[in-house]
Amino acid sequence: MPNRSSIFKTLLALVLLLVSGIAAAVPEIQHWRTANGVPVYFIPARELPMVDAQILFNAGSARDGDKPGLARLTNALLEEGAGAWSADDIADRLDRVGAQFSASSARDSAVISLRSLTDPRYLQPAVETVARLLKKPTFAPDVIDRVRQQMLTVLRERAQSPGAIAQDAFYQALYGEHPYGSPPEGATASLEALTQADIQNFHQRHYTAANARVALVGDLDRSAAEQLANALVSGLPAGEPIPPPPPVPEITSSQTVRLAHPSTQSHILIGQTGVSRADPDYYALYLGNHVLGGNGLVSQLSQEIREKRGLAYGAYSAFIPMRQTGPFLINLQTRNDQVDTALEVAQATLRQFTEQGPGEQALEEARQNITGGFALDLAGNRKLANYLGLIAFYHLPLDYLQNFVSLMNNISLEQVKDAWQRHIQPDRLITVVVGGGENAPDSSAQSLKKGS
Amino acid sequence: MLANRFVALVLWCAIANPTVVFAAASVHEFTLDNGMKVLVREDHRAPVVVSQVWYKVGSSYEPSGLTGISHLLEHLMFKGTPDVPGGEFSRLIAANGGDENAFTSRDYTAYFQTLEKERLELSFRLEADRMRHLLMKPEDIAKEAQVVAEERRLRTEDQPEALTHERFQAAAYLTSPYRNPIIGWMQDIESINLDDLKRWYQQWYAPNNATLIVIGDVDPARVRELAEKHFGPLLPSDLQPLKPTAEILQLGERRITVKTPAEVPYVVMGYKAPTLKTAAEEWEPYALDVLDGVLDGGSSGRISRNLIRGSQVAAAAGTGYSPTDRLEGLFVLAGNPAPGRSSAELEQALRGEVAKLREELISPDELSRVVAQVVAADIYQQDSLFYQGMRLGILETAGLGWRKLDDYVQRIQAVTPEQVREVARKYLIDDQLTVAMLEPLPLEGRRAAMPGAAMGHAIR
Repeated sequence: MPNRSSIFKTLLALVLLLVSGIAAAVPEIQHWRTANGVPVYFIPARELPMVDAQILFNAGSARDGDKPGLARLTNALLEEGAGAWSADDIADRLDRVGAQFSASSARDSAVISLRSLTDPRYLQPAVETVARLLKKPTFAPDVIDRVRQQMLTVLRERAQSPGAIAQDAFYQALYGEHPYGSPPEGATASLEALTQADIQNFHQRHYTAANARVALVGDLDRSAAEQLANALVSGLPAGEPIPPPPPVPEITSSQTVRLAHPSTQSHILIGQTGVSRADPDYYALYLGNHVLGGNGLVSQLSQEIREKRGLAYGAYSAFIPMRQTGPFLINLQTRNDQVDTALEVAQATLRQFTEQGPGEQALEEARQNITGGFALDLAGNRKLANYLGLIAFYHLPLDYLQNFVSLMNNISLEQVKDAWQRHIQPDRLITVVVGGGENAPDSSAQSLKKGS
Repeated sequence: MLANRFVALVLWCAIANPTVVFAAASVHEFTLDNGMKVLVREDHRAPVVVSQVWYKVGSSYEPSGLTGISHLLEHLMFKGTPDVPGGEFSRLIAANGGDENAFTSRDYTAYFQTLEKERLELSFRLEADRMRHLLMKPEDIAKEAQVVAEERRLRTEDQPEALTHERFQAAAYLTSPYRNPIIGWMQDIESINLDDLKRWYQQWYAPNNATLIVIGDVDPARVRELAEKHFGPLLPSDLQPLKPTAEILQLGERRITVKTPAEVPYVVMGYKAPTLKTAAEEWEPYALDVLDGVLDGGSSGRISRNLIRGSQVAAAAGTGYSPTDRLEGLFVLAGNPAPGRSSAELEQALRGEVAKLREELISPDELSRVVAQVVAADIYQQDSLFYQGMRLGILETAGLGWRKLDDYVQRIQAVTPEQVREVARKYLIDDQLTVAMLEPLPLEGRRAAMPGAAMGHAIR
């Protein structure tokens, strides 16, 4: 690459020297099981008098079956009433001790997060509240109806967002009838039909000890952390482990979906099936993707689409590894009349990358960004808690953080090229374009647009 | 400030609401001979450092015709200098394991890098270089204006709620530059030229208009050495005082409608409200902050309790108030009506909540709940190096000084129910209100006859 300045070379030398020092700073993960068998992952962080806790369940939308939105609605209802407590009571109990609570769900996982001060006067009421809402949510009919209406509003908001429409269309085209094909937000007809019994059954089956993991980061010693984990999940029924979603079939041919939307930009997604979390190729693909489109303005896609041509504000690519094969995708948005140019540039960049590989120097710089920046990823309790949650949910090894830098250092250029050529076929792509303003062609698929 | 976890409400164009603070005693402050202020806060939890350079310039400094110039210049700051050619800045930071970006707001423009602690000097060297030696080439400007136009389409033109919020700001203010969007109006983005940008850069990018903020695993004495070495030699500018831009007194309620293809109606309402910088009485912004917490401090706030769960008139709703704005601000309430309920009903419900605050005292329970949240958040916010820096930078660039952090929690704790009622009676009144309603047009149909700007640019 041109324009290398002299300070650059000096600093590269510095990078290599520091790698071992950074690795030494990676915190050890402590691991055990609660009395009722829930795996716990813990990193002590004694500097600030606070704790971040995540309870993760195999309860994402991949478990929706033929009822899209069921996992999300169940998750959202947890804080809306438990035992004798109403939603108002729960909100009061958490807010008056300054606790921060959130419940969320994606395709694989459902996550309950609690951030609290560790002073027992604040922590205990918060933990008691979260434990109860996990174990004894009431799912009152009037509350179900209210939250259902909120989710229907979300669907209508997604229908006015070209980016959200493009996401839904992309996943549907990529996964078809596979459980990953339907959006976690659900669909109108399904949401309208969900019953209290559906929700109770989903909760009983999925929010169990056999199906839970706990991640903790904070100002606790081991015995306090053990007590906290027990208090959070000890009331959960034993339950049965949930089998993984079915394997994802490979796509066999290219497909282009064009949906009209009265927007000034078109949102473009290009991609195919990528990798699962368990696939050892993920790391070589991730490293390579850092060169193609995962490293901000420095990446090839940003350079070609934004820096050289001014076609888009953002252009990136990513693998989203999931329990089963997650997607690989390229995402960008451009003025409606520039769609064809942007598509050509993105496809050509991907084709050249898979055929020729990332190039020695670009790969080294990407590697240095990842390894040299790993300390940044671990700086802060919330960042650590998110990593721990990932490790816990996907059963990654306990020394994952310790080994990450050397893992990245040991991947060769050839391995990157080989992994990309085995996983990515640029002649078999799903392409979604949403936009075009008033005159856009619309390749049928009205059902996608309505999200039903 | 979201009262419904599902629906992301657009309440603010500005970046953050620095509600809570840490003990500022641990901040080291010094000033270089050329006038550049440096703030250092040690945080040794991880071998990492965040370095931020804040300039006192943003969209509220811009004259008409040049809206968005601060933001466009921010983009061009990555396009190179004689010593560090275009693209090299980002490549160097990335190859050193760093994270970097920049952001522009109404009252500031800031640049930051996060790096492994030993590499702080790289950040200083590069930031000092581009503070005074930026190269601006016409071809870069043309291309970057296109990128910013795409950014505007992405963030505003095609987002019905953001578009409504932009028009709302423009209606709420007549003479204040807060009426203009940070990203600028499309016609300005497309017509700002090299000379405009050079003048803007010369005028504002100087050490005596900058604050350097360093948070992380560092030794303040060493930071000082490095700052003197790299920023010390830069020449200061002759900073001209700004012309007055105060908002004239509002003389009655204003209403606008925004018609655009959408599915979900949206209501946004704002009352003129003082900030720490503009308030006649120093306690008033703290009382407004508590009032904000009473309405929308978590799921137990009155908006969630009464409008989302109680009467179920709102699918989502929330409030927002930023006490650290440099100029007079707004106390904002916004929301989406629930299915089957109208925007008018939601507006009446929001006005009803405001009326209650004018008429009745808040309960001791509500007050102590808000205080508990402030105290806890004060601890939580120390988990992020970046936000520790943000809070210092926002206060500095607003002209308030970072020492306002020192007594923030005590100030909040000192607010009484009577003071909350008093600010409601004084500021949350109909004559000071602006209301904007998003009226959805069918998505299948064409955009409303929208003269010029939005559509014209979309189709060649």
